[in-house]
Amino acid sequence: MESTPTLSNKNRQRLWRSLKDRIARYCVGVGGISVIIAIVLIFFYLLWVVLPLFEDPALTAKTDYPVASLNPAPAAKSLYLAVDETGTLGVRYTSAGNVEFFSVSSGEPHALLELPLGSGTITSFSPINPADNSFAVGTSDGRVLIGRHDFEATFANGERTLQPVLKYPVSNTPLVLDEAGQAITAVAARFDDNSVVIAGVLADGDVKIARFGLQENFLTGQTTLAREAQWTLVEHLGNEPPTHVMIDPFQKWLYVAGDSGNLLFFHLTASGPQLIERVDLTHGEEQLTALRFLIGGTSLLAGTSAGSIGQWFPVRQSPNHFSLTNVRTFDAAASAILDIAPEHRRKGFIATTAGGQIGIYHTTSNQVLLTRQISGEPVGRVAISARGNTVLTQSGDTIHLWAVDNDHPEISWSALWGQVWYESYSEPRYIWQSSAATSDFEPKFSLMPLVFGTLKAAFYAMLFAVPLAVMGAIYTAYFMAPALRRMVKPTIEIMAGLPTVIIGFLGGLWLAPLIEKHLTGILLIIMALPLAMLAFGYLWHKLPQALRRSIPPGWHMVVLIPVIVLVVWGMYTLGTPIEAALFGGNLPQWLSNQAGIPFDQRNSLVIGIAMGFAVIPIIFTIAEDAVFEVPKHLSYGSLALGATPWQSMMRVVLPTASPGIFSALMIGLGRAVGETMIVLMATGNTPVMTMNIFEGLRTLSANIAVEMPEAEVGSSHYRILFLTALVLFAFTFILNTIAEIVRQRLRNKYSNL
Amino acid sequence: MMLKNKNNKSQSNWWKSGGPWIWLNAGAVALSVLGVIALIGLIAVKGLMAFWPNDIVQFQYTSTDRQESRRIIGEFVRSEELPVARLKSAGIELHSDAVDVTRHLVKVGNRDVYGEDFMLILEPWIESRSKPDELLTIERQEWGDQYGYLLSVSENGKVVASGAEAWPVFLQRVERAHEIRESIEDIQSGRVNEINYALEELRLTERKLKLENALTPEKVANLTAQRETLKAEYRKLQQKIGSLYQQMNRDSYTIEVMDSRHHSESVAQVIRAYKPNTLNWFEKLGLYFAKVWEFISEEPREANTEGGVFPAIFGTVLMVILMSIVVTPLGVIAAIYMREYATQGWITRTIRIAVNNLAGVPAIVYGVFGLGFFVYFIGGTIDQLFFEAALPSPTYGTGGILWASLTLALLTLPVVIVATEEGLSRIPRNVREGSYALGATKAETLWRTVLPMATPAMMTGLILAIARAAGEVAPLMLVGVVKLAPELPIDGNFPFLHLDRKFMHLGFHIYDVGFQSPNVEAARPLVFATSFLLILIILVLNLAAVKIRNNLREKYRALES
Repeated sequence: MESTPTLSNKNRQRLWRSLKDRIARYCVGVGGISVIIAIVLIFFYLLWVVLPLFEDPALTAKTDYPVASLNPAPAAKSLYLAVDETGTLGVRYTSAGNVEFFSVSSGEPHALLELPLGSGTITSFSPINPADNSFAVGTSDGRVLIGRHDFEATFANGERTLQPVLKYPVSNTPLVLDEAGQAITAVAARFDDNSVVIAGVLADGDVKIARFGLQENFLTGQTTLAREAQWTLVEHLGNEPPTHVMIDPFQKWLYVAGDSGNLLFFHLTASGPQLIERVDLTHGEEQLTALRFLIGGTSLLAGTSAGSIGQWFPVRQSPNHFSLTNVRTFDAAASAILDIAPEHRRKGFIATTAGGQIGIYHTTSNQVLLTRQISGEPVGRVAISARGNTVLTQSGDTIHLWAVDNDHPEISWSALWGQVWYESYSEPRYIWQSSAATSDFEPKFSLMPLVFGTLKAAFYAMLFAVPLAVMGAIYTAYFMAPALRRMVKPTIEIMAGLPTVIIGFLGGLWLAPLIEKHLTGILLIIMALPLAMLAFGYLWHKLPQALRRSIPPGWHMVVLIPVIVLVVWGMYTLGTPIEAALFGGNLPQWLSNQAGIPFDQRNSLVIGIAMGFAVIPIIFTIAEDAVFEVPKHLSYGSLALGATPWQSMMRVVLPTASPGIFSALMIGLGRAVGETMIVLMATGNTPVMTMNIFEGLRTLSANIAVEMPEAEVGSSHYRILFLTALVLFAFTFILNTIAEIVRQRLRNKYSNL
Repeated sequence: MMLKNKNNKSQSNWWKSGGPWIWLNAGAVALSVLGVIALIGLIAVKGLMAFWPNDIVQFQYTSTDRQESRRIIGEFVRSEELPVARLKSAGIELHSDAVDVTRHLVKVGNRDVYGEDFMLILEPWIESRSKPDELLTIERQEWGDQYGYLLSVSENGKVVASGAEAWPVFLQRVERAHEIRESIEDIQSGRVNEINYALEELRLTERKLKLENALTPEKVANLTAQRETLKAEYRKLQQKIGSLYQQMNRDSYTIEVMDSRHHSESVAQVIRAYKPNTLNWFEKLGLYFAKVWEFISEEPREANTEGGVFPAIFGTVLMVILMSIVVTPLGVIAAIYMREYATQGWITRTIRIAVNNLAGVPAIVYGVFGLGFFVYFIGGTIDQLFFEAALPSPTYGTGGILWASLTLALLTLPVVIVATEEGLSRIPRNVREGSYALGATKAETLWRTVLPMATPAMMTGLILAIARAAGEVAPLMLVGVVKLAPELPIDGNFPFLHLDRKFMHLGFHIYDVGFQSPNVEAARPLVFATSFLLILIILVLNLAAVKIRNNLREKYRALES
């Protein structure tokens, strides 16, 4: 009677137990797999952040509409197109002397403003700086008007409306360039707080330049304009009438070019323009069809009738000599370039052609990011918003609105890894300089100096660590007395757990000044130590047997300790007089002045020693294990055949253990490559590329630590830092995998022996 | 002749037998061991010496460029031999034939009076040296240490004691000022802090209601009333604090510094004053321990270059605890899965290698991941969902102790997994088989037999993980460590544990004070002391791990036999 419930109880219990077992299996499975997935996630997350860097830009057509005007007069030509920052209002400068504002999305006219040209009409137009909407207008009566359009935001009923206005930063009335009143067919102007320079091509083919001084009255705050000088270029001009004239923002360079592409490059000095050289912007039969400044006003972009666009800027050849150099050429379009619109915040631009093509370019990364056939007609005008995401084009009487998705144009394989000719540099260079104070700065994202610094730091660290660690491992595993080994091994292994911030701090604040003050002594120590060890070994060998026997075999190391201490102390003391005798008492100064080797206090020697110390325990532990685990019968056999201990070490034990030692070196290298705090604290963190052991460096990891907190989320800089993290991740992961596979092979081999 | 031959032979034999190589190898070990010992010794000595109350020396000093003799009072910090030539190139003429000259770094204190608190002194220019008993060392709240002779003590500007009587009166007044300062601090860290927190909560509640369009006039009135009561109490407390400050600053003292200038200051500035030249060894030892205690229990002062490191210790410990809470279960479950449940094929082997290798991935990479994934991605999302009221100032969308702990948990996960797996693999098969033979299920065997035996291995893994986490700085710099945290992550305001707060860390403290501080020389002893503290913690943890591992091995050896 009573056994049945017990049985069912038992059954129930068994069911319950097997259920528990299944639940446990399920939970552990899910938990374990998700932990592993979480680890894999690191790699994919980094990749996910990095990938947008290499995405192609996209150009999407939004809408198009015919050009509409508030001016009842017959339709005027568009001289220039612009868009406001947010991409809501478009601006069209017309040949009727009007500035027409229209809704970007519908094309509906919004406002019409008139340029105060007086009796003259507009005969030429040039944008001065697209980033602040400034422009210059040349008139039929020899005058030049400098102005800029702006938008004043007003808030009414919680809605933001933009009210377009025209402002005249220099003068409300046009400045007189040519007293004779000839029409100006091409115009250029630049102004700053102190002076204004205007230049124009006159109807008779001459070029006139005028400089004005700007003086502000301290009491009234009014500025007065005074003509200081004017010049003409008639003696330099040939038969061809100039069609383009340009002045750089610092009012230093003047460029005058004709349709055939012949350019005159002048230096604007206080006494007048001086011709530096004549340059042909086009090659052969091509015509110059568009000439614009890249943002910042340093580079000229010259578009030709064959569809190529060349970037030119003055390159310093010698301290006082500049030469206008063709730095790179983009040959993407098939027909004549009609208009070029530089981006407002990046070194990129958009160009349109007579064949109806549009192209998106970037100079630093040397990329044609996109070309597209957008129209059957010539596309005469193009404009881009300050944020770089809205583009207007005009072909015929139709305006097209485009959305551009182009987040990281400055990144390309060649910009990251190749030599790049940056603006104002005299040659292509590897440079890492991610940010600066000015907005029209060209970011320099070459990873080469960082990779070089990383490898240099790792190289010097390994140079210091490998001999010590591997030789130490060989001795500890094979020659050392077991009792001593039990003390030595943990002592060195303790170092592996030492926080690197402490080693870095000692390296930077204690070792670096010490090395600078006692460089001779330190170098002497490095040279004298091995010699002293050998000499002592030889003397020891010469000692009478009885004395030698007093130290049991395998305790050599202990005898050497006082020797090392003595040598270090001796050389350290000896360093100062030797330095005084040979190097005038100051070796670092002697090196930089006499030998031409620059010396930094925080240099690669410091890194080598400090990071070497961090790497030694890692290499030592693994290498020691590898040598120690070689089956003893191998070396016994060799010794029994008459080999000396060293011979059996070199010929039998070491070859067997060499894969293990190799894997130790790989893991040590991985650690040296990724180490952050030591290099951050013990180098100057300057991204230079020189093998000089007395100069600093900057590694990938230290660069992340320095720049990551300041990088704007989602910017190219941010993603490049993620890319460097990914590079570090991949590099160390591969090194470690090789090491691990080699080690597992070795373990199998031992078990077979 | 015979002898010479034999000699030659033994010489070449010595070379051939590889003797020199063995000596070189022995030298490499000796050098490595010496390096380790020297490094730890250097930090220990410098770290421990940081708190020793040194004697103050007074001497006359005539430099060749100044000609006149000056009185200098200070503490000798360190000395070095310098080649005369190097001085000459720096424009200092010594008029002596010696090659070397001893240069001392002397701490003269009184940064507020002289501008700099360290001087470089050349031995040959020192004329007479003495250690007057009356010389005082005064440690102050601001401007660092002060050395000099106490002249008088004043109350409300009137001299109450001068000359020999000044010293006991001074000590008494310092004691009084300390008591008042303590009561001020009690109020400030207690009720004032609570009120500030409550006011901020009220502001957030109001904003939240506004965002939800639920801000009715009654609620506004209610909130305003609450705010007004708090503000009234706050004003009252401020008044009380103000009057306490007045009382605290009632007394002042006048001291004569080394260039005979007289300098007066409030007694409230004094932290500790003593006459080091009169102290005997035991008294100095007492002072030493008082300073050590101050170091580990007090907050930092003067841009972290003085005072203690208590917030850094607290931050390090709390972060490590949070990390352990996350990393232990995850690591152990992953290890159990890989060792006990997963089929042992090439996939498991690959995963094992991958996990192993993650331990070698640079820490900064984890920092980058933590910043991008935890802080910006997850933290940003949490802010959008739950802390909208506080935006645009981020709550979880910026570095904090939670993200730092999670990042380090990920960093140390491989350590725990590898150690636990090793522990599981060491458990003899017969133990498991015995359990199965008695009818236990797999889960029961694991729970009752295998896991208890593997506990020491897990402990080892966890301790190693903690040791690694405590010393890791690079990733923390990206995910929430700061040089000076205004509040601890744990306090008396609900919910007591504030996971979103930024925190201080011993390792980062070393980096920051050693490299970012404006007065590196003054901070140097403190950096050494902090380093020593950190090394001590990590060495103890590592040694504990080694000890547990060895015990464990012996236990299984006994089981197997």
